[in-house]
Amino acid sequence: MDITLPILILALPFTMFLILGIGGVKMSRKLAGVLGICANGALLVMAYTVAFTYFFSGNPEFIVDGIRQQVQLYDVTWLAFTERLVVNIGFLLDPISAMMLIVITTISFMVHLYSWGYMEHEPGFQRYYAFLSLFTFSMLGLVVATNIFQMYIFWELVGVSSYLLIGFFYKLPSAVSASKKAFIVTRFADLFMLIGILVLSYYVAETPADGPLGGASAFNFLMLNSNPTNVLASTVGSTFLGGSVLTWAMILIFVGGMGKSAMMPLHIWLPDAMEGPTPVSALIHAATMVVAGVYLVARFFPLYLIVPDSLVFITVVGAITAFYAAVVACCQIDIKRILAFSTISQIAFMMVSLGVARPELHDGLGYMASMFHLFTHAMFKALLFLGAGALIHAVHSNNYTEMGGMRKYMPITHWTFLIGCLAIAGIFPFSGFWSKDEMLSAMYANNWIWGAWMTMVAGLTAFYMFRMYFRVFWWEENPHYKEHRPHDAPWQMSLPLIILATISVFAGFIPFGEFVTWNRAPYHIHIEMQVAITSIVVALIAIAFAGWLYLKKNDKPARMKAAFPGLWQAANRRFYWDEMYMFVTHKIIFNGICRAIAWFDRHIIDGTMNGLAAMTQFFSVKIKGMQNGSVQTYVLWYFFGALLLAAITWICLL
Amino acid sequence: MDLSMLWYLVPSVIMFAAGVYGFVTRKNMIALLISLELMLNSADLNFVVFNRYLFPDMMEGMVFTLFAIAIAAAETAVAIAIIVNIYRAVGNTDINSVKKMKY
Amino acid sequence: MFGNILIWFVIVPVIMMAGLACCGNSNMKAIRAVMVTGSTVLLAMAIWLVVDFLALRAAGDTSEMLYTGSWMWYAPLNIHLAVGVDGISVLMLLLSAIIVFAGTFASWKIDPLPMNFFLWFCLLSTGVFGFFISIDMFTMFMFYEVALIPMYLLIGVWGTGRKEYSAMKLTLMLMGGSAFLMLGLLGIFWHSAPEGGQLTWNILEISHNNAIDPSWQRLLFCFTFVGFGVLGAMFPFHTWSPDGHACAPTAVSMLHAGVLMKLGGYGCFRIAIFLCPQAAQELAWIFIILTGISVVYGAFSACVQTDLKYINAYSSVSHCGMVLFAILMLNTTAMTGGILQMLSHGLMTALFFALIGMIYGRTHTRDIREMGGLMKIMPYLGVCYMIAGFASLGLPGMSGFVAEMTIFFGAFENNDLFHRIFVIAATTSIVITAVYILRVVGKLVLGPVQDEHHLKLTDASWWERLSTVTLIVCLAGIGFFPNWINETIQHSFAPIINALQNAI
Repeated sequence: MDITLPILILALPFTMFLILGIGGVKMSRKLAGVLGICANGALLVMAYTVAFTYFFSGNPEFIVDGIRQQVQLYDVTWLAFTERLVVNIGFLLDPISAMMLIVITTISFMVHLYSWGYMEHEPGFQRYYAFLSLFTFSMLGLVVATNIFQMYIFWELVGVSSYLLIGFFYKLPSAVSASKKAFIVTRFADLFMLIGILVLSYYVAETPADGPLGGASAFNFLMLNSNPTNVLASTVGSTFLGGSVLTWAMILIFVGGMGKSAMMPLHIWLPDAMEGPTPVSALIHAATMVVAGVYLVARFFPLYLIVPDSLVFITVVGAITAFYAAVVACCQIDIKRILAFSTISQIAFMMVSLGVARPELHDGLGYMASMFHLFTHAMFKALLFLGAGALIHAVHSNNYTEMGGMRKYMPITHWTFLIGCLAIAGIFPFSGFWSKDEMLSAMYANNWIWGAWMTMVAGLTAFYMFRMYFRVFWWEENPHYKEHRPHDAPWQMSLPLIILATISVFAGFIPFGEFVTWNRAPYHIHIEMQVAITSIVVALIAIAFAGWLYLKKNDKPARMKAAFPGLWQAANRRFYWDEMYMFVTHKIIFNGICRAIAWFDRHIIDGTMNGLAAMTQFFSVKIKGMQNGSVQTYVLWYFFGALLLAAITWICLL
Repeated sequence: MDLSMLWYLVPSVIMFAAGVYGFVTRKNMIALLISLELMLNSADLNFVVFNRYLFPDMMEGMVFTLFAIAIAAAETAVAIAIIVNIYRAVGNTDINSVKKMKY
Repeated sequence: MFGNILIWFVIVPVIMMAGLACCGNSNMKAIRAVMVTGSTVLLAMAIWLVVDFLALRAAGDTSEMLYTGSWMWYAPLNIHLAVGVDGISVLMLLLSAIIVFAGTFASWKIDPLPMNFFLWFCLLSTGVFGFFISIDMFTMFMFYEVALIPMYLLIGVWGTGRKEYSAMKLTLMLMGGSAFLMLGLLGIFWHSAPEGGQLTWNILEISHNNAIDPSWQRLLFCFTFVGFGVLGAMFPFHTWSPDGHACAPTAVSMLHAGVLMKLGGYGCFRIAIFLCPQAAQELAWIFIILTGISVVYGAFSACVQTDLKYINAYSSVSHCGMVLFAILMLNTTAMTGGILQMLSHGLMTALFFALIGMIYGRTHTRDIREMGGLMKIMPYLGVCYMIAGFASLGLPGMSGFVAEMTIFFGAFENNDLFHRIFVIAATTSIVITAVYILRVVGKLVLGPVQDEHHLKLTDASWWERLSTVTLIVCLAGIGFFPNWINETIQHSFAPIINALQNAI
């Protein structure tokens, strides 16, 4: 394949970032907006061309005997640590990266378009588009990475662009602290990822040069994934605290993914990240960046398969997070927070699905299902966020208590939002149904406990989504709207909603197994009726319950809340995770360690230095007294000195 | 003529010790100067005596003594001049009143 | 002698000093003209040197040092003025030239006594350049001292705050370091040749002779390493750095943190490790512990400071600790990372101090609690501050990331528990760095405006922009295309690594 397009796919958004970032100050808003959207449209076309060529051309470069190939379109040396450890920047095309190209560019384009309406009156419009371009660039670089290190580079860049976008309203202290929190929490997770990469790199570099790896570029995914046991032959026998070194390395790398994907206990940054502009939340904190962790695990899947212990770890973390986030989402008031926790829960779903995937269980169905859900979730979650953005744009508040009965005023938003809710709840035939069903099948195949547990989470999902839906669009009209009629958003905002809603309806019919599977061989999706019926029934019951509570204004929700005040309070406060972190970071680390060290530095270390100086001064003052200017004292000292010398001479000579 | 060297050296030591004592204890600069002269003279005496007893056929000790007496006279003149000037400046000849010299 | 380009790196600043002396204090235009011309010439020479050096290397010249020259200075002690550069010194010269250039523009409106300020500034540069071109230990030490002394006056006269105290503290502590250094260098000199051979100060000859007895090496290694380590802000000899930087004027902070602290790291591997390789293998662990502490300790201390310059000074302690830490790992990758970190830290800290100087010049405070929302008032400086911050916390695309990653990967090659523990401890600094950088950025650049009076302040002027842009371009340049620098450095380490391996 010609490498012009792949190069442009990375170069274009970065160039746009530079142009808008440096020249944006001099541009008018309209020019910056049009420029950003056009560039992104071009990017969309290019990415689609590349991805569709990969999937459909049937070119023997891409597909051999029905097996899709991993193709490195280009790979240039960026930095050579040693002869064996070389960091390359390149473009790897394989099913998951091609799928991510589609997801990222689609959502990014929708958000670009949407923001034109949503951010119209905000100062710093040009800066906003520059940051969006930076984010798109980093995310694309991340998914097409040819080696772990390239992934790490773009992983960090994604973190920074997320920081910049969350803190976009930089005059608000809350936005500033939210962005800081997001960056530091993910950085903390990246630390573990880095250590994991270091461990891995050490053993990869230990592999003999005449081994399967050949010469340079030992990090390469192609090499690592094609024959992982050989590549990591030197890890055999090395253990640490009872686990094999490779298990530890893989778990450490997964911790990096936990940070980006907001798994417990590193989830605390994502709800706060909702301080950023809503389109940003849709792009970064719902559809693309937060699934980077899932993508990471999928990318390393052959390695994880060698050490199944780490997959069990992933499953457990995912299952706990999914349930926790779903419970918290049931008790939030801020609609963006509800969506944020729902995102955490859904990503955890994908993680569990990856964790339960084994080649011997339905040909690694879990992997395919997870990627499928990643795809559908990106679409409907972006839709829901953009819908929430339209609501916030109309009402100027994030809280559902300010809303109610909105279906009359905002029909487009209402219908598209309903589609999103149905999709996430997993109702036939919306896209969420298909992917969730495959995931649940994979979980039941591994162990019925995971299946049952996650079915329960799916029920909770349906409940809290429809709780929000009914509360916002039905319930009772806010009397305030009699004067200020909220209305549907302008076309720039409605168009993306409609497009995404359409995708959310039909995406389930894509024969996803034909395109993305763990071994890149086609897999024919089939519905397991038992699982499908169970999950639909659970979802319908949950929706009915939500409708019973919230369709019309009544006091049942208030009475329920009053019945379990402690539980509601705890869930509303997210089970006090933030307070715990606050305690640890501020009280223990900041006050206990940082202040102590600073004190130690000023008083002990510096005190010693000053003490030396003071001692010198002390003695000099003491000795200075002898130099008192009195000639007679001098003579006396001289006299004694002479006597002393005489005595010494005497003693020495005799 | 059988006076031993000791008859000369003992008075010389006494003179020297008196000179040191006077120099350390007296406050008046003139007295200091006199004490100084005393020490100097005791040293001169030693020169002469050692020359006479140890190297009777040489004259260096005698010559040096004459030389030292001349120098001492000049030195005393300078010292007196300084003391007079200090007296003009400070108003007395107390040695403790000129400690500023240490700076 | 004058045909050798390296000599001109010392002569040009001296000519500049002569030119300045003719200007007088009131003729600001002439002073600026001299400084701008001089620093541009230096920068051009440094760039030409790098290009020519790479060309020579590419043409297949594999000798250890290029552009070598040696002129007898004092025959009885065999002292030469010996010059020569390898890939590392060439890059250090370039770094110094860049920072002198940027520093000139950053002190565009220095007051009072501009002529005298620049005079000392040039003397300082003379010392720095002389140090990097020398391969004779005596002249190296001499230039080292030449670079140290002007600091006392520059801080004491043009500084702010407790300047006399800080100047005195800085000078005394560094002088204490050079006392150790002098002992170490003399020791190396007296053992530089085998029995009956001609004693020499020349580093290359000493390393070829390889005549220092192992028991002496241990002592001399400790002396020289501590001597240079003091300048490299090694724990517990780092306390001159916060006070000194806090009180120094902008350009001096830039030059001091940017270049002078690099003298320490450079000396550590060029003299301590290169000439005492066996002791380095045996005793590196002591200093790994100390520098490991520096890395984490500096970062934690920076978290609670409220004075911008203190924050940066402690962050310098952490970053320079990383330099020494990397050098002590004794393998090519990590040491390369150490040099990259020197370059990166030099540029980044210079940028930081330049920005702090500019902000202080406007707001007249450096306390982050009294400022806020500068992004709204002076967007250019705010953006630059954020870029510098990102470079400091290791954002990919900036030089800091390249340097840190090279260090970590190299350090991880040492496969034993002791090294592993310290490497992992050192990696935690990337998180702590993020904490204190974002804390400052959040309070200073972002957030609401704290002080109404600040609203009237103006953004950067053209000379300030020139100064910062130069540094940012270099930071990003290393960050984007690290490999040529990386290769240049790696090749230059071959003799040192050979010496270390032969010593085992």
